[in-house]
Amino acid sequence: MSPIVKKKGEKFTLPGKYLLFILTLLCTGLIVLTFSTDFLSAPASAVGGFLITPLQNGVSKAGAWLNTRSEELVQIRSLISENEELKAQIDELTMENIRLQQDRYELTNLRELYDLDAQYDEYEKVGARIIAKDSGNWFHSFVINKGSNDGLMIDMNVMAGSGLVGRIVDVGPTWSKVMSIIDDNSNTSGMILSTSDNLIVCGDLELYAEGVIRFEKLIDSADRVVEGDKIVTSNVSDKYLPGILIGYISKVNVDSNNLTKSGLITPAVDFEHLEEVLVITELKQTTED
Amino acid sequence: MFGGMKRFFVSVLLIILCFLLQTTVFQWLDFGGIVPNLMIVLTASFGFMRGEKTGLLFGFFCGLLIDIFFANVLGLNAMIYMYIGYANGKFNRIFYPEEIKLPLVLILISDFCYGLLYYITLFLMRGRFQFGFYFMNIILPEMVYTILVTLLLYPLVLWLNKKLEESEQRSARKFV
Repeated sequence: MSPIVKKKGEKFTLPGKYLLFILTLLCTGLIVLTFSTDFLSAPASAVGGFLITPLQNGVSKAGAWLNTRSEELVQIRSLISENEELKAQIDELTMENIRLQQDRYELTNLRELYDLDAQYDEYEKVGARIIAKDSGNWFHSFVINKGSNDGLMIDMNVMAGSGLVGRIVDVGPTWSKVMSIIDDNSNTSGMILSTSDNLIVCGDLELYAEGVIRFEKLIDSADRVVEGDKIVTSNVSDKYLPGILIGYISKVNVDSNNLTKSGLITPAVDFEHLEEVLVITELKQTTED
Repeated sequence: MFGGMKRFFVSVLLIILCFLLQTTVFQWLDFGGIVPNLMIVLTASFGFMRGEKTGLLFGFFCGLLIDIFFANVLGLNAMIYMYIGYANGKFNRIFYPEEIKLPLVLILISDFCYGLLYYITLFLMRGRFQFGFYFMNIILPEMVYTILVTLLLYPLVLWLNKKLEESEQRSARKFV
């Protein structure tokens, strides 16, 4: 008897292998479609985000609360001694701050003289909380609890503290997906702050456990770049706003072609313990005025 | 397809619950940055408990959920999970609820296959050839952690399936 012939009085059922075949075709179609265009991702994401994100938000909040409570208990003792140290540091820093403010005043004057825009300092930022992380162990993207309703858009830069985290790659009404710069398929155009040499910062899963990321294609014929140099986002990047701190060089090697250098960077952000991030609500394309 | 409304709703709830746990709670409970793969446990167990068709449907929806949230192309995870669910369904004939060794071995192999397929499609294709590294640092730890979580999760899934089958038999008897 043929497996798909309907017998009288029997409910119609589709055998597994036919279903497998149909769904395989469907998946292949979806892969091809979403790989070449992105017209399906918006509705699919909207449906998923509408159903799942509120739940993730709640569970995540509960998990974070528990985590903080347990950490609090462990840390109280070390916090007391740390507090003393920090108080001493505050005095020092207040003094330094006053001195820096004077410097800054001088700098503003000089900038005005040179007719430069102080464009790096005052980006508009929005705070957001991480509510879910990539389900697997291969990539390091995550979901935050703000979306297009809060004015976020694709390609907006995401920071934590003073360092660059990544950029938004997908936006729903109340959530957005962030691809971090340590993600294995992420490439960021960066620049050495002291020498203005350009380089490419690449995420690498193999280096993730050591807490570093890779950089490539640094042209530094004068040998001026040393370990500890600051790396910021470059002026030539089309996605990232210029002058955001990426990290510090921890190792420099000369490539076998003797023209370029590559090496390792220690990121400025602690990606292991990321909880809250800042989204810069300004796109690179709109900053030129 | 899932057999009855009740089973359908329980299945949907279970998939969503596991997805939520994996993306939120277990991200806090990671060991050295490695998170267990609950979706594989779910897909594989329903595969060998209920047969090929349930397995492939569970796999398809689990994978699709991951795709919607975290993948750049829609359908890749859905396809990998679906085949894993289908392959596990082939073992339905030699599955007995009392026996724990077969499920553990099947889930272990499923997780390995998932890691392997994911590596081939998303890493090997981009010229990352150090399979040894990825195996030792991602696939193997994930397998170990997943099997530990399976020891807790699997009895729960088994019990749930038993309850569902009992209630289905009761309602079937009522109509006869």
